[in-house]
Amino acid sequence: MEKRIRVLVAKPGLDGHDRGAKVVARALRDAGFEVIYTGLRQTPEQIAEAALQEDVNVVAMSILSGAHPHLFPKVVNLVREKGMNDVLIIGGGVIPETDIPALKEAGIAEVFTPGTPTSDIVEFIKANVK
Amino acid sequence: MSNEKIQAGLDKYNASVEKATSRFPERSHLPEQRLYTPLDIKDTDYADEIGFPGMYPYTRGVQPTMYRGRFWTMRMYAGFSTAAESNKRYRYLIESGATGLSCAFDLPTQIGYDSDDSISEGEVGKVGVAIDSLADMEVLFDQIDLGKVSTSMTINAPASVLLAMYIAVAEKQGVPADQLKGTIQNDILKEYAARGTYIFPPRPSMRLITNIFEYCSKNVPKWNTISISGYHIREAGSTASQEIAFTIADGIAYCEAAIKAGLHIDDFAGRLSFFWNAHNNVLEEVAKFRASRRVWAKVMKERFHAEKPKSMMLRVHTQTAGSMLTAQQPNNNIVRVALQTAAAVMGGTQSLHTNSRDEALALPTEESVMIALRTQQIVAYESGLADVIDPLAGSYYVEALTNKIEKEAWEYINKIDEIGGAVAAIEKGYIQKEIQDSAYKWQMDVESGAKTIVGVNKFQIEEEPPKGLLKVDASVGVAQCKRLADMKAKRDNDAVKAALADLKTACQDENENLMPHILNAVRTYATLGEICGVMREVFGEYEAHVNL
Repeated sequence: MEKRIRVLVAKPGLDGHDRGAKVVARALRDAGFEVIYTGLRQTPEQIAEAALQEDVNVVAMSILSGAHPHLFPKVVNLVREKGMNDVLIIGGGVIPETDIPALKEAGIAEVFTPGTPTSDIVEFIKANVK
Repeated sequence: MSNEKIQAGLDKYNASVEKATSRFPERSHLPEQRLYTPLDIKDTDYADEIGFPGMYPYTRGVQPTMYRGRFWTMRMYAGFSTAAESNKRYRYLIESGATGLSCAFDLPTQIGYDSDDSISEGEVGKVGVAIDSLADMEVLFDQIDLGKVSTSMTINAPASVLLAMYIAVAEKQGVPADQLKGTIQNDILKEYAARGTYIFPPRPSMRLITNIFEYCSKNVPKWNTISISGYHIREAGSTASQEIAFTIADGIAYCEAAIKAGLHIDDFAGRLSFFWNAHNNVLEEVAKFRASRRVWAKVMKERFHAEKPKSMMLRVHTQTAGSMLTAQQPNNNIVRVALQTAAAVMGGTQSLHTNSRDEALALPTEESVMIALRTQQIVAYESGLADVIDPLAGSYYVEALTNKIEKEAWEYINKIDEIGGAVAAIEKGYIQKEIQDSAYKWQMDVESGAKTIVGVNKFQIEEEPPKGLLKVDASVGVAQCKRLADMKAKRDNDAVKAALADLKTACQDENENLMPHILNAVRTYATLGEICGVMREVFGEYEAHVNL
């Protein structure tokens, strides 16, 4: 049997809005992935460490506070520093279009904004996970 | 017309449409019935259940004359960047006809960290204004007369500290505390359940809240000491019935805690206020507002034996539903907000914040905020919706729906009582799970098309990325940290140390009211992070457990 895709759903920063993160976590689980949810207020260091410990294929982050330009790239750097070069890192939340090119430049594979069907996220992960 | 005659007419009507309706597609989100008649409310006793405005059970409104006397308070939630920037926005809003202020604080402030804390990196000034000490609060309210304006502060875990800062700024303006009008949100239970900006565990948090009730009843008597909030529970995905049920269950928990601390129900209940969401379904929302007043009145009279009418009145601030704003075709949000405003007004709200069209994308621009405020003014002055009190009363559907929501709310409240009250229900994850399940169902209904959201899953168009969004620059954080360092260099650090030591001792004695000690520390320019740091040391921090 093929190994199931493991996803870490993470809330970096101080933002408490986790409706989206929880809905996505559940949708990914219903799509057959193994999902670990970090809970709120995770530092980039904690997220990278959890990704390593849980041996995940995907890190999916959610921020609605506007702290994404600072926190998303930081997580990418820490995850890569720990040698997880194949881990797919994606993000979502209230993120202005104009911020997306810089986030992709920094190594966020895709950014999902409000109104995205969860099925799009599932498809993206299936198509891009290594 | 007798009920028999109505029933006969209804039977005839049903037979006449049977053929047509059998061809209708299944639409499970619609009300059970397509038509409501006097038969649906034949058991509703007008005098007992509906009554008159300003009279028990307050179904028709808490004030006897409602908007005939004056409109609701048009209170726009605002705050971003530095205290100086936010002060400018507040003065702009007051000049534009806003009648109350509502302060948004950034996340470090809401969680009790200073701007220079490493955990605050990237968050300073983003979702609200950064407040580190009394010095920032002085700038925030510069040239705003605290004796005249009423101010609502969305602050929960460190509510005691921000209230103390507000009192201290007023002192400097020469305004005595007993003249201050406003609200602190101060509702920690919904933070655990839905909003996430908690600091301490439930027990010391409940102590802080009852300390505030007690202090304000003696010293700041016009202050609303809590805004028991369904808004965020709804935003997190709950249904209308869950919104009022979980919130009223939280309200019951606060009352029980205060009574246990030795307060008398009628000494504090009149200063309790509520906070509802105005969601998309106009008639359901109107029914929700009406049902919530009736449930709370009964809780206060029958459960807590309150005697003062004021204790039984559910006074409510409302905000239109942020989660219903779409990033797609953002101008459509103006229409959504107008309908939500109509619902809040026909529901009889005491104050209202209307969201701006661009808030699914970023913080609102000044132009968007102006449209949102104008929406309230158009509803107030032009629409006729505010002309008579509780205009939808007597609608067969709205009365039946009010009854239904009330019934569902009681079922939840009884269930939470069985679990051991709201604190226990949150600790067990029951309330969180119920909300999550509703949120997931909503999302799946949108994805399957069972629920239509215009521009999101139907009537989509190709769009250019929106222009002119408001952005808080990262330099705000740097500047704020410098301000903080300068302030710390200038203050009397021995006085700060002594005040913090005194606060620590007070925290360790459960019978001591912390408010005077916090006020004392605030006056020395001790920072929010330092004060909350002392409390973290004594009280510890809350750790959430999530069951997906």
